[in-house]
Amino acid sequence: MEVVLQNLTKKFPGRGRKNHEEVIAVNDFTFKIPDGKLIGLLGPSGCGKSTTLNLISGLQKPTSGKIFFGTDDVTHLQPEHRGIGLVFQNYALYPHLTVKQNILFPLENLKGKDKLSKQEMLEKAYEAAKLVQIEELMERKPGELSGGQQQRVAIARALVKMPRVLLLDEPLSNLDARLRLQTREEIRRIQRETKITTIFVTHDQEEAMSISDMIVVMNAGVVQQIGRPQEVYDNPANLFVAKFLGTPPINVFEGRISGRKLYIGEEAVLDVSGGSENSGISGNSGDREVYVGIRPEGFRLRDDGPLGCEFGSVEVMGRDISVISTNKASLNAKVRSIISTDHMGKIEKVCSADGFSQTSYVRFALIPHKVFLFDRKTEKRIAFQADGTKGEEC
Amino acid sequence: MENRNDYGVIEKKAEVRKKAANVITYALLILWAVIVLFPFYWMVLTSVKSYGAYNSEYIPKFYTLSPTFQNYVDAFTTVSLGRYLMNTAIFTVVTTAIMLVVITLAAFAFARLDFRGKNIVFVLFLSLMMIPNELVIITNFVTITDLNMRNTFQGLILPSVTSIFYIYLLKENFEQIPNSLYYAAKVDGTSDLKYLWKVMIPISKPTLITITILKVIECWNSYVWPRLITDDERYYLVSNGIQEIRENGFGRENIPAMMAAVVVISIPLIILFLIFRRKVMAGVARGGTKG
Amino acid sequence: MAGKRSEHNGAKGWLYLLPALLFLGAFMVYPLFDVFVYSFEEGYHSASQTYFGTGLYNYSYVLHDPYFLQAVKNTLILVVITVPLSTGIALLISVGLNSITPLRNLFQTIYFLPYVTNTLAVGLVFMILFQKTAYSDGLINLMITWFGGSAVDFIDGPYWAKMFVLCFYTIWVVMPFKILILTSALASVNQEYYNAAKVDGTSAFRTFMRITLPMISPMIFYLIITGFIGAFKAYSDVVALFGTNLNAAEMNTIVGYVYDMLYGDSGGYPSYASAAAILLFCIVLTITCINLLISKKNVHYS
Repeated sequence: MEVVLQNLTKKFPGRGRKNHEEVIAVNDFTFKIPDGKLIGLLGPSGCGKSTTLNLISGLQKPTSGKIFFGTDDVTHLQPEHRGIGLVFQNYALYPHLTVKQNILFPLENLKGKDKLSKQEMLEKAYEAAKLVQIEELMERKPGELSGGQQQRVAIARALVKMPRVLLLDEPLSNLDARLRLQTREEIRRIQRETKITTIFVTHDQEEAMSISDMIVVMNAGVVQQIGRPQEVYDNPANLFVAKFLGTPPINVFEGRISGRKLYIGEEAVLDVSGGSENSGISGNSGDREVYVGIRPEGFRLRDDGPLGCEFGSVEVMGRDISVISTNKASLNAKVRSIISTDHMGKIEKVCSADGFSQTSYVRFALIPHKVFLFDRKTEKRIAFQADGTKGEEC
Repeated sequence: MENRNDYGVIEKKAEVRKKAANVITYALLILWAVIVLFPFYWMVLTSVKSYGAYNSEYIPKFYTLSPTFQNYVDAFTTVSLGRYLMNTAIFTVVTTAIMLVVITLAAFAFARLDFRGKNIVFVLFLSLMMIPNELVIITNFVTITDLNMRNTFQGLILPSVTSIFYIYLLKENFEQIPNSLYYAAKVDGTSDLKYLWKVMIPISKPTLITITILKVIECWNSYVWPRLITDDERYYLVSNGIQEIRENGFGRENIPAMMAAVVVISIPLIILFLIFRRKVMAGVARGGTKG
Repeated sequence: MAGKRSEHNGAKGWLYLLPALLFLGAFMVYPLFDVFVYSFEEGYHSASQTYFGTGLYNYSYVLHDPYFLQAVKNTLILVVITVPLSTGIALLISVGLNSITPLRNLFQTIYFLPYVTNTLAVGLVFMILFQKTAYSDGLINLMITWFGGSAVDFIDGPYWAKMFVLCFYTIWVVMPFKILILTSALASVNQEYYNAAKVDGTSAFRTFMRITLPMISPMIFYLIITGFIGAFKAYSDVVALFGTNLNAAEMNTIVGYVYDMLYGDSGGYPSYASAAAILLFCIVLTITCINLLISKKNVHYS
């Protein structure tokens, strides 16, 4: 089932006594979720992603805008008429009912022509249980299950009515790290098997990136970017998206463009030429102040590299090493760069050569497509071309 | 398409049903509010009707156009309402004060100190909580009588200055204070008593206030024990006073004056409640029962 | 850590505990044993402080005393009527309260008022509302006649009428506590359960029966137990309505009987009072145990 949100807006009345300013939780959302995909709604807490999920489920009503499931306008339908399955953050399993009773619960609500016989209900319940592999737990109560098992029961309960759309609210946040990895694969598998359009909400970018077919990055009630995870990572639309995605996070510097050169501090680090027409880098008229985002893997250790940083420390993490350094123009306290262990020798040289002096320098060359420029005011991405390679479009 | 219209009808029906439910809910809530408030209204109303007017109303009126405060004057002059109030105030303040000292010390011992037999004593305390007052009041009556303490404040007060439940409540609260504070104070050479006074009591103030309010309510309304232990009017508390007024006061059935007395007796606690509404309700929810 | 301190704290702990121990010992532990002693001492009279012998005579006397039997009957009727009714109505009101937002605080405050009022004092108001005197039929009777009924004296009239007022007043008095407990129990049910039920299209009635009730069942059960215990100990509200001479009014309760035996016009018999009090305690204990057994099957504890 394709899900379409059209100019969806949700405002809450202000809570403060003096300021009755309303809070806009979801601001003018318009996007289409293709059929049969797994979609991650991603953003920091309070960005409106849970509200969006509640609007899709019908637990909250939008202030304006419309929601379509396929061609059906479901905007004004009650949740039970939308044909959705919802998995709550805390699972909301009824503690006084057994797993089986929990899974049967939605089926027992069916009335009229949809009414099922006891036998049919049991069949469906076991089918759902089998899908999430909890058949042997059917007679237990939720309190006797582990977090991961409870999660499966909650998914089974949401799936038993064969919903058109499956919604998951922070499905992994209550699990410990090990279970999290396992469960996210499980969600992926279940989604693949059932082919039900699935939307899940998370604040954990790694979680969203790893299993989603598509991610929707949100901030402060506004959609920032929609796309395939790798696409969004490689091509962030603005500074927020660039900062939000990626571990370790992107390094941000204050920089400026002058005479087709990108400066960080006093050092010209890249030759930049024009991108799209309106980015206006081409020519001297394009001189401007920018933010420069450089992914940690965008650095190369080079003795003659254009960017110099004060050396701080080295963290060795098996395959890679992180070089921690500082730069006056950096907005982060530390500049973190990930270098392949092949370059270990160079680092050792830096460490030993100036072992006793207070400051030693490391120099980096930059990999152009790991470098992003953003407008100082709008924080929007500025496209550019460097070293003859074509800069990516925004 | 058809399906959608169907849902439209269902949604509309649901809306109507929701509104109807809302109306019924409010009707029910208002009805109970009236049942609760009406006796209060009636008592205030009657207390400002004059004796003559009240007795001439064969059919009671729901309002009065000539309110009088004479009944309040009568309530304080004809019977000793002032004395009852004073007695009750003394009883309440002294009982609550002594109880606070006793339970604070006991709770501190249970929560903070280690001594042989602590756990056994605590379990015994808890099991005593189940003993109904009715069972021990008989001997207490005899004891107080034998001690010649009938019609004295000591007789009224002494049996009510401990409450195991409040010791329990306070102990739980004390135990939430981190041990590190105690050790820090010990390192600084603070004595136990000073630590209790300077650290634990200030931190546990909310609980102590709740306990105080609950005990004040209990004292102000206590009836059974004062009735057993006092037959001298000079030591009556308000509950016994009102019973006395009802049975022997004001000569013949001066109901407006009786109601004036009832208003005067009820007002202090109602004011206390309205000021500390949240505390009172939270405290009662945590483990109070009536009486 | 504990071991190190215990040495020099040993005596100190007992010292802090001393006041509580003294008061509890004198007014709770000693009386607890003493009441049994009294109940077996035959023919004890407080004036002479002598008794003939020991045995079960006191119990037998109490159990054959028509006043005691009347008191047991009254108490049982009161319990059977008020406990289910008050719990049911409180549940209804709490559910109503929980479903609204505007005015909720106001209603809650109003509903709690009876808790902080003096039972004796407000009982007087109920008395004048229900009483039929030579001067006036009273307000309630006025209302009854509006609806075509005939006036009844609820205070000095027929037994059922007196029992009605007593039950009504008892419910009025116990309601605040029950509403308070149930509203906070209802409010503490996680909203997600209701959302989950809503998504599944569960009807309001089914949601209530299958989710709300089981979730708050421990609190309902707590209220039923305390309700039973409280109603069995009914006394001061009865005095408030019918005066201190309850035997004459046929409205005595078990606790009233105990106090009458102890003190007042028919008093001076602590042995009978003790026997009656112990009988009351046994009844309450039995009923509480039965309650506990029933609850094991029907109450969900998380």
